Amino acid sequence: MMKIHIPTPLRPYAGKQATVDVAAGTVGEALTQLVTQHPDLRRHLYTDDGRLRAFVNVYLNDEDIRYLQKEATTLKPDDALSIVPSIAGGCHAQACSR
Amino acid sequence: MPSAVEAALPVLSNDEILRYSRHLIMPEVGMEGQQKLKAAKVLCIGAGGLGSPLALYLAAAGVGTLGIVDFDVVDFTNLQRQIIHSTADVGRKKLDSAAEKLKAINPFLNIRKFETRLSSENALELFKEFDIIADGTDNFPTRYLVNDACVLTGKPNVYGSIFRFEGQASVFATKEGPCYRCLYPEPPPPGLVPSCAEGGVLGILPGLVGVMQATEVIKLILGKGEPLIGRLLLIDALDMKFRELKLRKNPDCPVCGTHPTITQLIDYNEFCGIRGEEKPVETLVAEVQVEELKRRLDAGEDLFVLDVREPHEYQICNINGYLIPLGDLPKRVHELDSSREIVAHCRSGVRSAKAVDFLREAGFKKVHNLAGGILAWADRVDPKMPKY
Repeated sequence: MMKIHIPTPLRPYAGKQATVDVAAGTVGEALTQLVTQHPDLRRHLYTDDGRLRAFVNVYLNDEDIRYLQKEATTLKPDDALSIVPSIAGGCHAQACSR
Repeated sequence: MPSAVEAALPVLSNDEILRYSRHLIMPEVGMEGQQKLKAAKVLCIGAGGLGSPLALYLAAAGVGTLGIVDFDVVDFTNLQRQIIHSTADVGRKKLDSAAEKLKAINPFLNIRKFETRLSSENALELFKEFDIIADGTDNFPTRYLVNDACVLTGKPNVYGSIFRFEGQASVFATKEGPCYRCLYPEPPPPGLVPSCAEGGVLGILPGLVGVMQATEVIKLILGKGEPLIGRLLLIDALDMKFRELKLRKNPDCPVCGTHPTITQLIDYNEFCGIRGEEKPVETLVAEVQVEELKRRLDAGEDLFVLDVREPHEYQICNINGYLIPLGDLPKRVHELDSSREIVAHCRSGVRSAKAVDFLREAGFKKVHNLAGGILAWADRVDPKMPKY
């Protein structure tokens, strides 16, 4: 089993969990398991044609999978995957106030 | 690494030497470092959550010139985290309130106030006058604008961002390092990422992240230590865990790559898919005003009030609506009776507009949005109701 870290903005779609355990051999398999366990996450991570969205960054430990073998990157049991979405808040008002 | 400040070093007065003595006796700062701080010109975008601790510490540390860009007014909901403003400042311009506090901390500080919204028209001119830009904004269009303007003017972008109890910090747009677009080539479409109003933010979090930004600014000025270039620091205040991710300069980056396609500032609202304040006509037609809702409820009409906020918001105040949070609506839609007339509301009317759109697509015909949400109810129907 390995852990996928779920960032705060996406936790409502992952049963409010901070981490989800999956058993997978590659990054792609791990993410597929994640959205199978939590179908509400799918549209946040994938486009309609099944590609990872451009503003969703996936890190294997501290490395961006775009600079590894992307979704084909193989996993070891003690690896950690992190989903790192863009957040905009500095919360000084305006966009925050609605 | 070299200092980000290129100006000739000014002399310190005896009063300044006394004030900065704890810096001067440190080898990493010393007289030359303190003179670099005095020569430095730092621009803070926003005098809010991140800008408060950032500006306060930079002023105290002896940064010579601090520019602040802000056009906002202090309100009560700011005070939980924007520590540069006090209760007596509510209603004042944030610029004036901030400048007063900063000047009180350090009368040697030269403050430059820019009461304007940062835009593609003014950003380049503004940035040229400063050495370092500290980004404390709260929305995607301004994030991309600050980044691109930093790349185009060659100024480091000291970045911080927060959501609930999570933060991010990095230093972007240095010559050798990646920029914000290398990390996030595109913004999320509006509505897909929960907004701050739905999310909230722990009051101390901008304190943590803003102080990290201040630390990075000072390191860049001194030219000491290892700046957060090519590293994204993730802060989780709830678990008090700090993680670090590697960032790489993307050779195909449209603004800082080897063959840039963005060579001047663009329309960032359009880039982020935001088309101003216009609302679809259909939504306008479907709106109900709070006075009308009150009158019809008092008259005993058969109206179903649907509250699409979160349970913890319901605890703050409610109008006895039936609670289904917006995110749960798809799987709980069977709890609603489509033959009844439904009025949906949230805090201000944004989330309930999405709920109305969703219900209409699901085949509900008689569904309206309460204009202005429970805030309008508190303003115009029940003044005793708390606002948040």
